[in-house]
Amino acid sequence: MNKNLPTLEGLACPIPLPHNQKIVLGHGSGGRMSYDLISRIFFPPFDNPILKAGDDAGVITIPNNIYDLGSKLAVSTDSHVVTPLFFPGGDIGRLAVCGTVNDIAMMGASPHYLTAGFVLEEGLDVGLLCKVVDSMRLAACEANVQIVAGDTKVVQNGKADGLYINTTGIGIIPHDVIIHGGNAQPGDVVLVSGSLGDHGIAVLAARGELNFETQIVSDVAPLNGLVSTMLATTKAIHVLRDPTRGGLATTLNEIAIQSKVGITIFEDAIPVKPAVASACEMLGFDPLYVANEGKLIAIVDKNIADELLSVMKDHPLGKDASISGVITDQPADHVTLKTTFGTTRMVDMLSGEMLPRIC
Amino acid sequence: MKFITDYRDARRVHALMDEIARTIHHPWVIMEICGGQTHSIMKYGLDQLLPDGLELVHGPGCPVCVTSIEMIDKALAIAAQPGVIFTSYGDMLRVPGSAGDLFSIRAAGGDVRVVYSSLDAVKIAQENPEQQVVFFAIGFETTAPANAMCVFHAKKLGLKNFSLLTSHVRVPPAMHTILGSVNNRVQGFLAAGHVCSVMGYWEYTPIAQKYQVPIVVTGFEPLDITHGILYVVRQLEMGTYYAENAYSRVVSYEGNQPAQKIIRQVFEDCDQTWRGIGTIPSSGWQLKSEYKDFDAVQRFQVQQIKPAESPLCIAGRILQGLNKPFDCSAFANQCNPEHPLGATMVSSEGACSAYYRYGRSQ
Repeated sequence: MNKNLPTLEGLACPIPLPHNQKIVLGHGSGGRMSYDLISRIFFPPFDNPILKAGDDAGVITIPNNIYDLGSKLAVSTDSHVVTPLFFPGGDIGRLAVCGTVNDIAMMGASPHYLTAGFVLEEGLDVGLLCKVVDSMRLAACEANVQIVAGDTKVVQNGKADGLYINTTGIGIIPHDVIIHGGNAQPGDVVLVSGSLGDHGIAVLAARGELNFETQIVSDVAPLNGLVSTMLATTKAIHVLRDPTRGGLATTLNEIAIQSKVGITIFEDAIPVKPAVASACEMLGFDPLYVANEGKLIAIVDKNIADELLSVMKDHPLGKDASISGVITDQPADHVTLKTTFGTTRMVDMLSGEMLPRIC
Repeated sequence: MKFITDYRDARRVHALMDEIARTIHHPWVIMEICGGQTHSIMKYGLDQLLPDGLELVHGPGCPVCVTSIEMIDKALAIAAQPGVIFTSYGDMLRVPGSAGDLFSIRAAGGDVRVVYSSLDAVKIAQENPEQQVVFFAIGFETTAPANAMCVFHAKKLGLKNFSLLTSHVRVPPAMHTILGSVNNRVQGFLAAGHVCSVMGYWEYTPIAQKYQVPIVVTGFEPLDITHGILYVVRQLEMGTYYAENAYSRVVSYEGNQPAQKIIRQVFEDCDQTWRGIGTIPSSGWQLKSEYKDFDAVQRFQVQQIKPAESPLCIAGRILQGLNKPFDCSAFANQCNPEHPLGATMVSSEGACSAYYRYGRSQ
C-alpha cells in the first residue's frame, strides 16, 4: 500500500484513493488498484477478522448451535438493482443488506453472515461508493450480521447503471422452527406487519420521471429482529414472507399455490398509508401490488394470532401490524378479497410491469 | 383521499342498491360506456350487489382497446426506427400489434418512453433536438384537449422534431353504432363521466331521443356508479328517455369550453377504425391541415402498413355488449395478460382484463 497516504481513522467519506476520485477499469484489474480499493473502501467499514484475513474465501468457525439436532443452514442470494441509488428512507446499500437478511429471516433463520459482490460502472464517484458502503455497514450493524466475503468488478462506462450489488446470506434455522411457503393450513390467520407500498411509491417518486412529490419514505429495514421476537413468542408460525416486488397480492398468490390453499384477505384490514393510497389513486396503481422492503406477512395458527399481533405491535417494525386475512381450503390456489361492500373479488398476481393508466 | 373515500362508503352504496331493488320491476340491460367504470364494477364487486334481472354489459370506452391494430403496427414501425424517441401513455406499451408490442421494440433497443402528459413529450423534443420525438396521441374526448394542446404548443415553439401519431375516437358515434345494430341489447347507458367533463352532455340528448334510451352521465367511484344505475333504472321503469346527469360535481351540460375550443382548433372529424368493430363514420379526430406538419404517419411514411388480427379474439363483440369475456374460448387459455390476443386483455380499462383480474374464480 502507498505509505504516503494518510492513515484512515474510522470512516471518512470520501476516502481518497491514490489513483482517482472516480472508479476506473483498473480498480477491477485485480492488481494494486483493486487492492487499494478493497483495503480502503471496503475493509474499514466492514471490519471483522473473517474478512480481514484477506484470503480467497472467508473462513467461518461453525457456531455451536449448528450442532443442535435438526438445526439447518439457510442460504439466500439476491442481486440489487435500483434507480435512483439513493431514495428517501434508504439506498442500494441498505437495500442489499436488508433484502438478503430478510430472505433469510423469512425462513425463521437468524442471519449471521453476508457476502457482497459489487459491479461498479467505470466513472462511478468514489465518494458515492463510500456512502453506499457505509450504509451497508450501518444496516449490517442493525441486523447484527457480518459481511465476511466480497468481490468487486468494474465494467465499462455505459455498461451498468452506476452500481449493482449482489449479497448472499447465511443463517441458522433452529431445530424446532418449520417455516416455509408450503406450510399454510386452512384455518390459519394472515398477519401483515405494517402499511403497504411505502417502498415502491418512495422509489417511484424519487425517480422524478412522473413529476410527483410525496413525503413517503421507503420502509427498507432488516426484519430479523422482529422475526426473532415473534419466534420467542410462538413456534406456531407456519409461513413468513416479505412482500417485495409484486407486493402483497403476488406474495399471497405464491403462498396459495405452494400450500394448495385459498387465501381471503379483508379490504378494510389491509394497512395502507393515506399518502400511499393517494399516490396509487393518482397513478392508477393498486397498493396490493406495490413493493415493500421492510414488511412481512406471517401465516400462523389462529389460536396464537392475537397474542402474536400484540407482540408485533410492541416492536418498532410491527407497530401497524394487523390481522388481514384467513387461509381457506377453497378456492385452492387463489387469493380473494372481501371488499368493504361485502362483495368478493379475485386478487391475481402482478402481470408484467405496473403501468400508469391512460386517463 | 377523504374526497374519494366518501364515494366508497359501503353504507351509502348499500342504501342506493336497496333503492334500485325497490325501483326495479322488469329485467333491463344497461351498458356502462367507459372501461374505467367496468373496472370499478369488477374491482368493488358491484355487479354482485345488483338485483336479479339487472344486467350490466361493458361498452367500447377503453381507448387502448379500440385503437386499431393498424395504428399499433404504425407505432411499432415508427418506434423501431433509429433516431426516434417514441413516447406514449403507459397502457399502450403492452398492446399487441401484428408482431409484438412496444415493449418488444424497447427490448430490441428502441427508445420507447412512458409519459404522464403529452406536454412531457414536447419537453423531451426540446431537450433532444437531434432526435425525432413522436407522441402516441390516442384516447377519447378525455385525452384530446391535452393532446391538442401539445401540438399547439409545439407549433408555437417552432419544433421541427416533434410529431403526433393520432388515433382519437369519440363516444357518441360509437353509441349510434351500438344502438343502430340489429343485435342491440342495450336499453340504457351509463355515459362516461370523464368524457362528459370535457364535452358536457348536450350531444347525448338527441341520441336518447332518437333511440328512446335513457343516458345518465356517471362517475367512477362505487357510489357514483350505483347512483347512475339508479337513475337509468328509474327512467326505464317510468318509460322516459333523456340525458341526465348523476355526476354533477364534475360535469356540466355545456362541458369545458376552453378544452372544446382547443380540440376544434387542432383537430377535425374523420372516419375512424375501431379495433374489433370496424370503421365508424365521423367517429375520430385527425390533425387539421394547418397542423399536418406534425402528423407522424406522413413524416415517417407508414401509410401502407396492413395488419393481421388474431382470428380467436372476440373483443369487437365484447366492446359492443354482444358477448362477455367468459364467452370467448381463448379467455384465460390462449389469451391472458402475459400473452394477450386482443387489447381488451391488456388495458387497465379493458373488459377482459377486468374479468381476468377480478372475476375469474366466480
